Amino acid sequence: MKAHLTRRYRFSASHRLHSAEMTEGENVATYGKCNNPHGHGHNYALEVTISGSVDASTGMVCNLVDLDGFVESEILARYHLSNLNTLKEFSAEVPTTENLSIRIYEILQRGFRYAHLEGVKLEETMMNSFEYYGGQQSASRG
Amino acid sequence: MVYLTRKAEFSASHYYHNPDFSPEENRRIFGKCNNPNGHGHNYTLEVTVKGEVDPRSGFVVDLKQLKEVMHREVLDAMDHRFLNKEVPEFLTQIPTTENLAIAVWQRLATKLQKARLHRVRVYETPDLFVDFYGEE
Repeated sequence: MKAHLTRRYRFSASHRLHSAEMTEGENVATYGKCNNPHGHGHNYALEVTISGSVDASTGMVCNLVDLDGFVESEILARYHLSNLNTLKEFSAEVPTTENLSIRIYEILQRGFRYAHLEGVKLEETMMNSFEYYGGQQSASRG
Repeated sequence: MVYLTRKAEFSASHYYHNPDFSPEENRRIFGKCNNPNGHGHNYTLEVTVKGEVDPRSGFVVDLKQLKEVMHREVLDAMDHRFLNKEVPEFLTQIPTTENLAIAVWQRLATKLQKARLHRVRVYETPDLFVDFYGEE
């Protein structure tokens, strides 16, 4: 029987929203306070949802040790206490939470082999969250 | 179609053990959860039903009836219990959050009168939950 399992993680990072394709004025108009050249930070909450058949011998869709281990080494180690703008994936892309949720989805999609990836949800603050389920290159604002 | 979700909380203990595995395998696969004395969680259950809104009552489902069924079928059986020893499903299955969500679904699916069960979500902790949508 197929079940969906969701695990929640936390990390903190800083970023600045600034597009090289816009003028200074456009950047300020578009990103407001988030365009502050010194950057600012968030405590992000990440939810990873996987799915699969419940293994009759373990009662599990996937061993949490494997999911936690992957997220810890491939996602949290990369993003926790980082400045997102300094990372390779954001050298030419604005580190909005939309784009970050897509990057995190791609890391899982590429490397996580223990269960099917359904999607990711990334909360930037308690008021803003973003979900990405693959497919189209856009995350939905929630 | 409108979806309605009712929450409930229950506290229970459990441990993970498969008698077909060797003691070493049980410890390797289940880690700390293999302690036979058990450990506990405060579970949160979310039951989502779906249906059309009744034009006379304005309800998808009589919430009182849903609440009673949840209490009778799930909470009375599982709240403040040792799942492995006191809940029949878990005499033979491992009481993981996955199996708990499936067991709750099976207990509720046939007992609801009007609305259809859409999803059972069981939180083991605020950082871990399982969704079950029935057999697909």
